[in-house]
Amino acid sequence: MKIMIRGNESIAYAFKLARVKVVPAYPITPSTLVPEKISEFIANGEMDAEFVPVESEHSAISAAIGASAHGVRVGTATASQGLALMHEVLFIASGMRLPIVMGIGNRALSAPINIWCDHQDMMSQRDTGWMQFYAESNQEGLDLGIMAFKIAEDERILLPAMVGIDAFVLTHTVEPVELPEQKDVDDFVGEFVPHYVTLDPAKPATLGSFGFPEHYMEFKFGQWIAMERAKKVIDEVFAEFEQKFGRKYSKVSAEFVEDADIILVTMGSMTSTTREFVRKLREQGKKVGLVKITVFRPFPKEELVNVLRNAKVVAVMERNISFGFGGAVYGELAASFAKEVKKPKILDFIVGLGGRDVTFNTLQEVVALAEKAANGKKVEEVNWIDVNKEGVLKAEGLQ
Amino acid sequence: MSKLYWGGKMEVITRGAVITEPGNSVENKTGTWRVFKPVINYDKCIRCLICWQFCPEPAILRHDDEETKMKTPAPKEALKKLPVVEIDYDYCKGCGICYNECPVKAIDFVKEEK
Repeated sequence: MKIMIRGNESIAYAFKLARVKVVPAYPITPSTLVPEKISEFIANGEMDAEFVPVESEHSAISAAIGASAHGVRVGTATASQGLALMHEVLFIASGMRLPIVMGIGNRALSAPINIWCDHQDMMSQRDTGWMQFYAESNQEGLDLGIMAFKIAEDERILLPAMVGIDAFVLTHTVEPVELPEQKDVDDFVGEFVPHYVTLDPAKPATLGSFGFPEHYMEFKFGQWIAMERAKKVIDEVFAEFEQKFGRKYSKVSAEFVEDADIILVTMGSMTSTTREFVRKLREQGKKVGLVKITVFRPFPKEELVNVLRNAKVVAVMERNISFGFGGAVYGELAASFAKEVKKPKILDFIVGLGGRDVTFNTLQEVVALAEKAANGKKVEEVNWIDVNKEGVLKAEGLQ
Repeated sequence: MSKLYWGGKMEVITRGAVITEPGNSVENKTGTWRVFKPVINYDKCIRCLICWQFCPEPAILRHDDEETKMKTPAPKEALKKLPVVEIDYDYCKGCGICYNECPVKAIDFVKEEK
């Protein structure tokens, strides 16, 4: 059945279809509609779940941990400052190996305060041990939301996962979405099987125990193994999903790359704009390709190297910045090529921070610089696109 | 089953550091943490039980049996009808609260020698 929903609703529907039993959540723009829609589902008797209103995001994720540890499927949603407030608790969720799924309305961080789209919030949680998925559309938000539970709860993995949908571009934009049948999702996701604990006094256990130096590192190594294994499990789940629901997902998807001299790397909603732009360039005979990263954690090193190694220039476009280095995706992508002999020139393009639209003009600027680099001319490693550079330089006293 | 004790050996590594065998805190001999140890001087101890009440561990044991009460020295014979305290050095962390609270200074606090 096709329905018209906003991105936030696609996350709410994913939770409903996955039969999530506990949703502790605190509202924050732009993801407020997720808990709002879920409480509506519950009030209407469409969803059998406990909604826990809490006093902060820190409490939301803490309650999620408590519920998940005691044997139910748990989902929550947040964004930006809310996700940042959860930071210290995110490590606890992954360290305790709890397969919580969280929808994120990818939004910029203060200051200056800004409620619009970029990926800084999720990128800043890169090392918390959560798997990270980025959706291009509302359909992807729904599908990845459902698949995230299956991947996270896989006996080989047991790690929490975040599904990012771009603020406003997806969260508040109505798109047609194919809603899977409940029985098909039931078959696909299956029942939640608590790994260690149920609320059973006959089987007591200690969770969240102390880890002395003699033990701590072993648990971290376990998380490392799980994240490495997740690479294969994600492929399996994506394949099973395609078989059952007919929509294809991959950690890295490539288009027009076979003969491409320049390949644009994107994440999230800007992929759709970039796809149209690349089509237009192809009509003009320009050898430009597109690679979309759907899974950022675990980072799909091998897939990216395979698909990018024959290009002359790889232009990474990203909505985040690690000050003092460059974009996070650029850093990881470049590192993936470290042991390769044949490698493309890799350039970083910081675009669309704080909700600045990534338009054809933005992409034109990126491709122009990439072409310059392809012709052997010098191009900066990290390039800020569509920015009033003159004004900033003046403010910084450099002009 | 997993055994995971503070400072003890880990026989089985679980995922998420879950301990499926509860009640294992007794295996963790916190007495090894001690730098100073309290020592009761029974010739001064008036058996008021203040140390027993204050010990946070609790590592001060209380004996109510006649035999222990009678055979333990006391400053006055009449005190021998009261319960006797003893320090459980397996779990006493050496915090010094008993030493601080004792109203008759019957507890010495001496450097641990090993």
